Amino acid sequence: MIKAILIFNNHGKPRLIRFYQYFAEDMQQQIIRETFHLVSKRDDNVCNFLEGGSLIGGSDYKLIYRHYATLYFVFCVDSSESELGILDLIQVFVETLDKCFENVCELDLIFHMDKVHYILQEVVMGGMVLETNMNEIVAQVEVQNRMEKSEGGLSAAPARAVSAVKNMNLPEIPRNINIGDINIKVPSLSPF
Amino acid sequence: MSDVVEKTLTALPSLLSLDSQPGSAKLSSTSKLGNLIRGITELTSKHEEEKLIQRELASIKEQVSSPNTSMRQMKELMVRAIYCESLGYEASFSYIHAIKLAQQGTVLEKRVGYLAVSLFLNESHELLLLLVNTVLKDLQSTNLIEVCMALTVVSQMFPKDMIPAILPLVEEKLNHPKEIIRRKAVLALYKFYLIAPNQVQHIHNKFRKALCDKDPGVMTASLHIYLQMIQENPEGYKDLTASFVTILKQVVGGKLPMDFNYHSVPAPWLQIQLLRILSLLGKNDPSTSAIMYEVLDESLRRAEMNHNITYAILYECVKCIYTIHPKSDLLEKAAKCIGNFVLSPKINLKYLGLKALTYVVQQDPKLALQHQMTIIECLDHPDLIIKRETLELLFRITNAQNVVVIVKKMLEFLRISTDDYTTIDLVGKVAELAEKYAPDNEWFIETMNTVFSLGGDMMQPDIPNSFLKLLSEGFDSVEEDRKLRLFAVDSYVSLLQGEPGKLPQRFLQVISWVLGEYSHLKEELEPAIVLRLLAKLLDMKQTSSETKSWVLVAMTKLCEGRAGVSVTQEVSETYSSSMDTVLRQRAQELQYLSQDSELRGRVLFRDTGLEPLEVDSSLSFLDGFVSEALATGAAPYKPPHQRQEELAQAKALSLEPYGLSLPISMSSCSINDRQSPTLLSMSSGLSGDSADLSHKGGSTTLKLDGVKRVWGREGYLAQREAVEEAAQVEVPSPLRSPSQQVDADSSHSQTPTLTPTPEPEQEKQQLASSLFFGLSSQSSVCLMGKSEPMPQRFRRKAKGQSSSSGATEQISTSLVSTPTNVDNLLCHNPLDSNITSELAVSPSAQTSELSQGLTTANGTCEIEVELSDSNIKGSNPSLIGDNDLVAADPAAHEDPDRPKDFFISHLPAELSELCHSEITPLCTIQSLDLSACHVQKEDSLVLVIFISNSSDSAIQHILLDLDSEQIEVSCVSDSPVEDLTGHSVAVYQYSLTVKTPSVHVEVVGTVSYQLPVETSQAVQFSYKLPLTSFIRPLAVSTEEYGTMWLAFSHDTKQNLTLISDGQGSLTATLNVLKRKLQLHVVEIIGMEGILSCRLLQDQPCLMHCRVHAGTLAVWLRSPVPDLPDCLIYHCQRALQEH
Repeated sequence: MIKAILIFNNHGKPRLIRFYQYFAEDMQQQIIRETFHLVSKRDDNVCNFLEGGSLIGGSDYKLIYRHYATLYFVFCVDSSESELGILDLIQVFVETLDKCFENVCELDLIFHMDKVHYILQEVVMGGMVLETNMNEIVAQVEVQNRMEKSEGGLSAAPARAVSAVKNMNLPEIPRNINIGDINIKVPSLSPF
Repeated sequence: MSDVVEKTLTALPSLLSLDSQPGSAKLSSTSKLGNLIRGITELTSKHEEEKLIQRELASIKEQVSSPNTSMRQMKELMVRAIYCESLGYEASFSYIHAIKLAQQGTVLEKRVGYLAVSLFLNESHELLLLLVNTVLKDLQSTNLIEVCMALTVVSQMFPKDMIPAILPLVEEKLNHPKEIIRRKAVLALYKFYLIAPNQVQHIHNKFRKALCDKDPGVMTASLHIYLQMIQENPEGYKDLTASFVTILKQVVGGKLPMDFNYHSVPAPWLQIQLLRILSLLGKNDPSTSAIMYEVLDESLRRAEMNHNITYAILYECVKCIYTIHPKSDLLEKAAKCIGNFVLSPKINLKYLGLKALTYVVQQDPKLALQHQMTIIECLDHPDLIIKRETLELLFRITNAQNVVVIVKKMLEFLRISTDDYTTIDLVGKVAELAEKYAPDNEWFIETMNTVFSLGGDMMQPDIPNSFLKLLSEGFDSVEEDRKLRLFAVDSYVSLLQGEPGKLPQRFLQVISWVLGEYSHLKEELEPAIVLRLLAKLLDMKQTSSETKSWVLVAMTKLCEGRAGVSVTQEVSETYSSSMDTVLRQRAQELQYLSQDSELRGRVLFRDTGLEPLEVDSSLSFLDGFVSEALATGAAPYKPPHQRQEELAQAKALSLEPYGLSLPISMSSCSINDRQSPTLLSMSSGLSGDSADLSHKGGSTTLKLDGVKRVWGREGYLAQREAVEEAAQVEVPSPLRSPSQQVDADSSHSQTPTLTPTPEPEQEKQQLASSLFFGLSSQSSVCLMGKSEPMPQRFRRKAKGQSSSSGATEQISTSLVSTPTNVDNLLCHNPLDSNITSELAVSPSAQTSELSQGLTTANGTCEIEVELSDSNIKGSNPSLIGDNDLVAADPAAHEDPDRPKDFFISHLPAELSELCHSEITPLCTIQSLDLSACHVQKEDSLVLVIFISNSSDSAIQHILLDLDSEQIEVSCVSDSPVEDLTGHSVAVYQYSLTVKTPSVHVEVVGTVSYQLPVETSQAVQFSYKLPLTSFIRPLAVSTEEYGTMWLAFSHDTKQNLTLISDGQGSLTATLNVLKRKLQLHVVEIIGMEGILSCRLLQDQPCLMHCRVHAGTLAVWLRSPVPDLPDCLIYHCQRALQEH
């Protein structure tokens, strides 16, 4: 389970804070500070995993982070999550942000904190990975945004794109958008 | 890093002035949030920021509470409040408005409201109750976005008590046509499962339905639930193994639609999740593991190394292969994979490779040997995390030969580590290793000294405690004890003569205790010198008062002779007027005892170290005092649990007048304060006062039971040998013994990089040979022979050795290390697969048989115990059939028909009259058949185990050993059968009593036996039965019921469904409960009914039912914790199945 998702900038200013496990307000701030302290002193050429922030809970917990330009994206997870899996989830999240904000930058995160939260809600729900397909996430967010213009409901929303429903025995569901290979223009994967 | 995101905060002000930039173009210049943010970025100090935010908050506060604020404005205000909160400023006034916004706004405003609520509040916040209605309304909304929002907020947090209110609605959403809703509903249910597992017990089959959902996304979501449930109870879901394997096969085979691909890897996260589930299912279970070998092989093959995410899959695959029952060719491939990871230049992969190595190294130490040079390189890696992981790996392979080198490396790391968490962790590990494998006294004491000085005051208090215990208890040889203590004294005296100011408090405490106890061993050392050294500690500024009291106690032990008295006199005078009462007391003691040497001799006699003290645990010497106190009107002593119950009763508005009671705080006065010096000094010989009890309590709280102190005895037995060997390791080549030569040779052949060596390379090689010493096969065998087992973090190897040394074989837990052994095992133990397939009989199958058995049993009492899981078995295949998911049928289980009738005739005569459960096979090994059933007697429950021997030869030394966490098992038979001749049956009876109630209780047992001419063997089995088997009616009158009701403290309430029957539905419902659960209906008055029952032996539980708004409001009370919860669960099931 994901216990917390923290985004802060190079100076430790929190940009998005989401806890999936309850911590008191001052504890949360302390965790943010400690995490920043741990993460910020690491070079870019070391590994993306950290163990044991003592605050958030002992040896079972790991910090998995990525550093993009001015921002640190830190996921705090327990042992039931795969390290590399989460690392790529961060990438998916950032690419999604990039798609939604058209070249995302720190300012977008500051001024549209609520939107970032909505996007995150479609990726991770209650600490559980909900969706990892970028197009699907973007589709969900756009449906919601369209509500701004008309409050029509989800019915017009595109369902998950279908491309090749082969003879998979998981029964078929109409998927009507064919998205080719995802063209990633933003954040190149940080060197592994 | 990407240059697209190159807009740093430092550039922010200029960006804001230039509106042409894309980031700022999106901001409306009039936006208040924009203004706020702009304001904050222009600030220079934290103080100014605080002032600005406070001003902002004040203005938000004013606006939100103004009646003229529209919802639209409210939305904007809420975002500002969220922003302030995320900076760490509290905006609690806005919470209620957030809830209001979620309740009343349009969809978009609602969205902000929900977001604010989920960021501001937590599960236990009282305002959250106000949200329940909104969530209820939105769940029923036709607007899908509203439903989504409600589900999202529910999965973030929801008050536990209110779950029943929305549960049906969320359940309903599992059938929703939109997959996104179904997916979110599954995750919401998972959340419920996490916070209140009992509430969702009844919808487990719906989880199965979600697993078979036609949308892979929903299926993926349901895996979260399964991962959790299987982690808790792997036995219960073995039947799903084949389904998971099929799903994984299809995913790996690319049968999923393209858009589940991520970088052209099919659904990697799904694969990872499935692999985790499989490894849990296959653990210690050969037959289940066998199902997955093929797909694991396929996964390994398919995951071509081209992207990060494939490494993630590979890593999970490898872990799974090493967790489940081993298969040699898979292990080989996995080992190769680990090799690739470790050797990878990518640092993340290296990290995971080390982790994987750490995980497997105890099964397969050779693997570490292969990569020894890489590991050595990692020890000097610039990344501390990698270094730490390497040390963790080395920790796992430490043995008596390489301990010196490894501990040295760990200490080196400790010196540079700045992270508290790492320090605490490593210090513990070093201490553990030092205790276990120390080659000699000097090394041990010096290592512990370093541990104490580096660990400082952060380290676990266990470490100094166990160290002192080790010193004081000593070992077999008196002479060795003396030497060790003497060395410690020497070392500490010289430390104190140095710069004691730099030592941490804990270390000073240890030092003063040791000096107080043992400095007399060193005859040439004047006590006065030690006293002066100790007195110096007292004068230091940084010495804490706790340490001071340790020092004073040590001085008390030492003060004899002229010179001593003068020092102590001065000290005791200083501290007799201390503000600290403890210090004052110690000082007083010191004063008196130093003056009265006769008294001192009596109180602090020496050299009785290990004589057990006579403890008057009944405190009879206090009898006089107590009776006097009682005579003057004190309340009699009540044990804590009684007091607690009374307290709970008081909370439940007791109408009875208050009795006379005085506050008694005996329990609150801490009698086992571990760090108090008295405690430790007493263990060396203080006796005779009332604090003896605390000594007793204290020594048991020293958590040493779990710690294997190999070093204690073994270290000394093997000491000389070990020293020699270690010495040889330090000095390479020429001095090596033949076995080491072989060792070195083998490492040469395995790592070609070793061969021709430049200078630094040779150094590393030496390090390698000393680190990995004792890991190659030959020496590890002899190691295992002489030292005690390593801590069992992972399943140990040692199969081969243990069988050859004639020890008992634990088939179900043993694992093999080398490929050749695997083959052996598979050939020589045809029983393996047998056993586990029998054991794999899922509880659902077992229990459904049980229930059949009960209904068909001849009825002296007409009960019909319906077991909880019985319907799952039935519903499962059909569900899967509906969704045409192939091969999803549950794992085939052996037909258990045979034993049923066969054993009934063997049921003891006195039991055959009573109703008994179906006879269930437990396990079968070769010619031995184990079956069991339980018989409900009026006052007890008897577990009957049948062992039948179908072979011709006799089976000897049968030993049954039963154990359970929840119940107490006692043997009924006087002299259990030990030898069983051919073709006969032995019957064992056990009486069961519940210790702690739980919905189902499980008895785990081991049977060991010996066939003629073979070594003895052991097999594990388990038997599960519902709590209802222990429930008996309790006949009480309504008056008795009334008084009991008030006296019980543990209760639970829940609404149950009523059974609508022609006649009074209350009566019908209660009759069902009476029949199925053996409850006694005390009385039914109008719409209310009261029932009672008891849990064997004599633990009552009372039930009060009231019909309210079409449901049955049930309130259960009992003096036993958990009993009401368990019972309500069974009531729920009983009514559902009706």
